[in-house]
Amino acid sequence: MSRNKQNRLVSGGSRLLESDAVVSVLVVILGFLVGTLLVALVGRKPSNMYKAIFQAFSGYNIDNGKMNVRYIGETLNYSVPYILCGLSMGFAERVGLFNIGGEGQYIMGMTVAQVFALLGPQIPVFQWVACIVLAIVVGAIWGGIVGVLKAKYEVSEVVSTIMLNYISLYLSRIICFQLPGATTYKTANFPPTASLSNSFFQRITNDSTLNNGLFMMVLAVLVFWFVMEKTRLGYGMRATGFNKEAARASGIPVVKSITISMAISGAFAGLAGGIVALGSFKYGRIISGMDNYGFDGIAVALVGNCTAGGTMIAGFLFGLLKNAQALMQSKQIPKEITYIIQGLIVVFIALRSGLKLYQEWLEKKRLQKEVAIK
Amino acid sequence: MSTFFGVVPSILMIVAPILITAIGGMICEKSGVVNIALEGLMSIGACTAAATQTLLEASKMTSGLSLFTALLLGSLLGGLFSLIHAVASINLNADQTISGTGINLLATGVTIFASQILFNADRTKEFKMGMQTDALGIYPTAYIAIVVVILSWFILYKLPFGMHLRACGEHPSAAESVGINVRKIRYIAVLTSGVLAGLAGGCCVLTQTIQYTSNTINGRGFIALAAVSFGRWTPLGVTGAALLFGTAQAFAIVANNFPALRVLPTELFNILPYVVTLVALVLFSGKNYAPRASGKPYVKGAS
Repeated sequence: MSRNKQNRLVSGGSRLLESDAVVSVLVVILGFLVGTLLVALVGRKPSNMYKAIFQAFSGYNIDNGKMNVRYIGETLNYSVPYILCGLSMGFAERVGLFNIGGEGQYIMGMTVAQVFALLGPQIPVFQWVACIVLAIVVGAIWGGIVGVLKAKYEVSEVVSTIMLNYISLYLSRIICFQLPGATTYKTANFPPTASLSNSFFQRITNDSTLNNGLFMMVLAVLVFWFVMEKTRLGYGMRATGFNKEAARASGIPVVKSITISMAISGAFAGLAGGIVALGSFKYGRIISGMDNYGFDGIAVALVGNCTAGGTMIAGFLFGLLKNAQALMQSKQIPKEITYIIQGLIVVFIALRSGLKLYQEWLEKKRLQKEVAIK
Repeated sequence: MSTFFGVVPSILMIVAPILITAIGGMICEKSGVVNIALEGLMSIGACTAAATQTLLEASKMTSGLSLFTALLLGSLLGGLFSLIHAVASINLNADQTISGTGINLLATGVTIFASQILFNADRTKEFKMGMQTDALGIYPTAYIAIVVVILSWFILYKLPFGMHLRACGEHPSAAESVGINVRKIRYIAVLTSGVLAGLAGGCCVLTQTIQYTSNTINGRGFIALAAVSFGRWTPLGVTGAALLFGTAQAFAIVANNFPALRVLPTELFNILPYVVTLVALVLFSGKNYAPRASGKPYVKGAS
């Protein structure tokens, strides 16, 4: 009897582990656990880390009991590029491609948005809409190049995206140095017609930088879900991701699928670049290094299992951590602990394949036992 | 500094870390494991070496011994972190790109976190004396790189072990069938790439700068990865690629000394390695030079 119960428990446990969402939650918890241990190990107070995260989440400062809704607005604003870059990675991943190029597509989107904001006609609404559309298009082209290289020339998308990331970084510098008012790190201020700021958001979040980008992000999540789950295009892509040869055999144009999906993937990252450029900054930036939203988007998508909803939740988590960084630093917690936690999460996700090996081993044991009883 | 020959020592200084890392990456891919964590492993090595050098200087150790210890510890920690990649990709059949990305993310966090704990800043404290040049103005790192290249060529192509390693990257099940321990060989290869990347990180920080910051490695690991592809997975090819890329990088720094080059944006030289690699990959796309089983997990017993 007790043995039976034990068996049921084990099988219940392993069935739970088969759910991707459950594993993601476990992986995140494990990442935080190791991070907490590390903070304690170097003699700092882990409770301060969680206080900072809680304040970034709710705006409530536990130490002095003060409330500032601005933190909520900033957390949401930080989440936007993470979610979009996560969607970018996730979209490619569903077709079986690994888009490390989110960073480059993000930079290109950012660059073109800055260029049009400073040089385009200053017409209200039209200008920022045009900036965002251009950012999406350029991101899509930048991603599409990877797709063509992969589909036509069989160039590994991992290598080509890494190359394109650095090409974008330096290309962006060359272009932005030519913009009006360029110094070593910034350009002239954007005209108000290019700004994404939303006075309603500013009022309710105590002047945070939360802006219209939030709407675009929500829209992008819906588009991702709709294209992937509800259209023929999405079906073909998922089929290609599951089994390329089978998809080809059943008449799905694999080459087209790969190119289009990389272009859409790039479009999400380009949008993220446009939103950060016009939403979070008042001037164009001449970047000397990567913003890392694209790279972190990989982690976001992996935690969110490349689904629309999961990526959104994971993106919020990353935005929360980013916003908590400054608070942590003021509480003697090195802010890099957030990067360590994110890195650990990705490493644990990679180790997840070990879980499958373990389940196979359990299954083998069970079968052996059955045979032995007979 | 106005003649091309005056630039040669700078070029060698910049090429050496890229070349050492690339050779490690090549060995790793030859055994069938792709290591995109090179960037992160270099950062680990650089941070360790810089911190060690600073701390040993404070303890009044002689310069030669402290530099040696710094490089040694950098290599060791690089090797230690590559162990994560080895366990994930060899034992657990993990996706090698995910595990590599994870290590890269982890490395950016760990190195600066350690600096914050050790030196209360987002960078290591400056060391007073890095490596010194010899009579020709060349840093010892260049000689280390040459030794690494020759050793790698000798081991890969002249020793039975090297042949076994290459077999694991081409056809692991065939290798296994003649009694080669694929897992063991891949472990050795991944650890070697980690140790070499760590060593290269140390070489980089001890010759080119005075402290470790989040910008010290700045894509050099990815350039090394590009050099492996562009050099078509052979020691000679990789050396040529690293020389080309390193020269381009050096010119980004010294272009200002040449009136003819001053009109160009320095970023053009920075872009060069990446564009060249991309174009080369397209041009050579028909022929596949990469080790055939590279990047694929080896499942024992599966066909």
